[in-house]
Amino acid sequence: MSKYNLDYLDELEAEAIHIMREVAGQFEKPALLFSGGKDSITLVRLAEKAFRPGKFPFPLVHIDTGHNFEETITYRDKMVERIGEKLIIGHVQDSIDQGKVVEQTGKNASRNGLQTVTLLDTIALHKFDACIGGARRDEEKARAKERIFSVRDEFGQWDPKRQRPELWNIYNGKIHKGENVRVFPISNWTELDVWNYIKREKIELPSIYFAHNRDVITRNGQLMAASPFLNMDDEDIVEHKKVRFRTVGDMSCTAAVESDADQLDDIIAEISASKISERGARMDDKVSEAAMEDRKKGGYF
Amino acid sequence: MNILKFFTAGSVDDGKSTLIGRLLYDTDSILADQLEALQSSNRKNDDGSIDLAILTDGLRAEREQGITIDVAYKYFQTDKRKFIIADTPGHIQYTRNMVTGASTAKLAIILIDARNGVVEQTIRHSYLVSLLGIEHVVVCLNKMDMVGYSETVFNAITDRYKTLAADLNLKDVTFIPVSALKGDNVVNESEYMPWYKGRSLLHFLETVDVAEEDYGLARMPVQWVVRPQTEALHDYRGYAGRILSGSFNVNDRVTVLPSGSSSVIERIEIFDQEPAQAHAGQSVTLHLKDDIDISRGDVLVNSDHLPKRAQLIEADICWMDARPMDDSITYLLQHNSKLTKCKIREIIHKVDINTLEKQDAHEFKLNDIGRVVIKTADELAFDVYSENKANGAAILIDSRTNLTAAALMFRAVAD
Repeated sequence: MSKYNLDYLDELEAEAIHIMREVAGQFEKPALLFSGGKDSITLVRLAEKAFRPGKFPFPLVHIDTGHNFEETITYRDKMVERIGEKLIIGHVQDSIDQGKVVEQTGKNASRNGLQTVTLLDTIALHKFDACIGGARRDEEKARAKERIFSVRDEFGQWDPKRQRPELWNIYNGKIHKGENVRVFPISNWTELDVWNYIKREKIELPSIYFAHNRDVITRNGQLMAASPFLNMDDEDIVEHKKVRFRTVGDMSCTAAVESDADQLDDIIAEISASKISERGARMDDKVSEAAMEDRKKGGYF
Repeated sequence: MNILKFFTAGSVDDGKSTLIGRLLYDTDSILADQLEALQSSNRKNDDGSIDLAILTDGLRAEREQGITIDVAYKYFQTDKRKFIIADTPGHIQYTRNMVTGASTAKLAIILIDARNGVVEQTIRHSYLVSLLGIEHVVVCLNKMDMVGYSETVFNAITDRYKTLAADLNLKDVTFIPVSALKGDNVVNESEYMPWYKGRSLLHFLETVDVAEEDYGLARMPVQWVVRPQTEALHDYRGYAGRILSGSFNVNDRVTVLPSGSSSVIERIEIFDQEPAQAHAGQSVTLHLKDDIDISRGDVLVNSDHLPKRAQLIEADICWMDARPMDDSITYLLQHNSKLTKCKIREIIHKVDINTLEKQDAHEFKLNDIGRVVIKTADELAFDVYSENKANGAAILIDSRTNLTAAALMFRAVAD
């Protein structure tokens, strides 16, 4: 009788592949939500491992706020060409033009919150019954309680009190018409796991993850990239700093950190030593202690 | 480095959230902004120190009620191992969450308040640990600071627990006296209990042997058939799935169930690798020498060690839905990738989880546990849960609500 242990990255990878294949097997019209961030880039790699040499059994879906880092869009288009899979883009601008949402005003205006409407419309338009996302439980304490298969009602709402128990590695994807499931294959990964995996798999990332020189302003103690999407006034002082981004969202809500880490190894060393958690660099979570819980209930990723 | 998944059972009053908070805090696993949110919170211990329990109380409803209402997962690592904690609530109405958290765990931490010793709740938690077949049990006697760090108290409680463990057939049980509040024997060894010669909780978690044993029961449910259908890969047909147990080698003879046809493994693929052998836990794509009809829901098994095959099965059951069990309706049963219809044929007994007494029963409600006979529409290829957990468990789905209604652990083919 032999004994063996799987290395932790192999175990996390195998679990994520299993979850993706369950999505393929259980749903009629799944999709993979692709933001251009490192977590969704990792999902694409995992999908290749799950389904190659076959095609992905789902398209990639990008909810585009219009306030993007140019580097992310360049990366996205290049990647889609390389993997030869379908990309569907939902534009927040369309939701604004249709009058479904109203652009925020004021100094801290962001399109981040508006994405939810565009996402739900895109899901409804294409009749997606499952959306794979890159959320992780270590990011935030509401996420720490969310299931891997997370059922949303037809308004996209998550109800923490009505979660189905998730037992062993058996996933119940049964839903009623109009409902859909958000599926999180890398739920059990930490930020550091993602970076170590990116290194092991030699995955290419958008350049903004690495240290570079950029004009920034300081808002609420955080460094924001100076851009036309940020409502700036005379009090905002533009400085030129060497920075990198730990998460990639919309330009008006993703903060940079000062860093010299321009190589993967340096980033991994920096994160291992870091004392600010990843979502600490997201303005949208700072609003209140229950910010994430409220947004998830409203249909956020 | 490997991963240990464990879960904690105990009530709010036993200091469970504080224990987890202490593990995270003393291993420097709390990041600066989380710590800042913690320090600015209004909740403090009586002596003004930070209330570590806040770290695991995730949802607003819980903060308002001061209880844990759902399973929360926490992650930390040391230089020896990575840990995933399922923090499960101890209240009686939340048995289903504990079963959920325990179903993927290899180790259980059972918390006992040293002032109270073994209580009804301890019996309940230990019974569930035994039912779910958790391999390793650590009994933490918490609040040792409140009983003067007394060895006599520790010995009295461990003696009582050993009787319970023997009754429940728990194999590997370790006792550790701790104070989660003060930090004794959680991460750092205590200076107040020189009589305790064992390891601290963290040291134990880092060193307990959790390697997978290979009992020769190779099982792989097919999740997806990879068929590129391109000109270059016209005949490519790979069976994708995650190996549940045992290992598969190239040239092994395998049987496909339920059809019973058999073939030989030609090739094992893990993306661009082609290993000669693959083990439990790995997600692979298998290729067979013969062209046989295989689809999602089938299971590939080692032909020398076939699983049991039946439609009438005796199983332990934990009811998880607010709607009670109804033997007049048809449920869906999901056994790994296999989905079939199922009815409850007979209730053998219900277990009073406070006294462990078996009782006759005519109904099963939320959090009830017992034994039933089920009848499935299709034959299942399963192993007995106590011999092979991974292929011995299933869930029932209520097709009216689509909710997960029950957890099943197969015990035997029924007569």
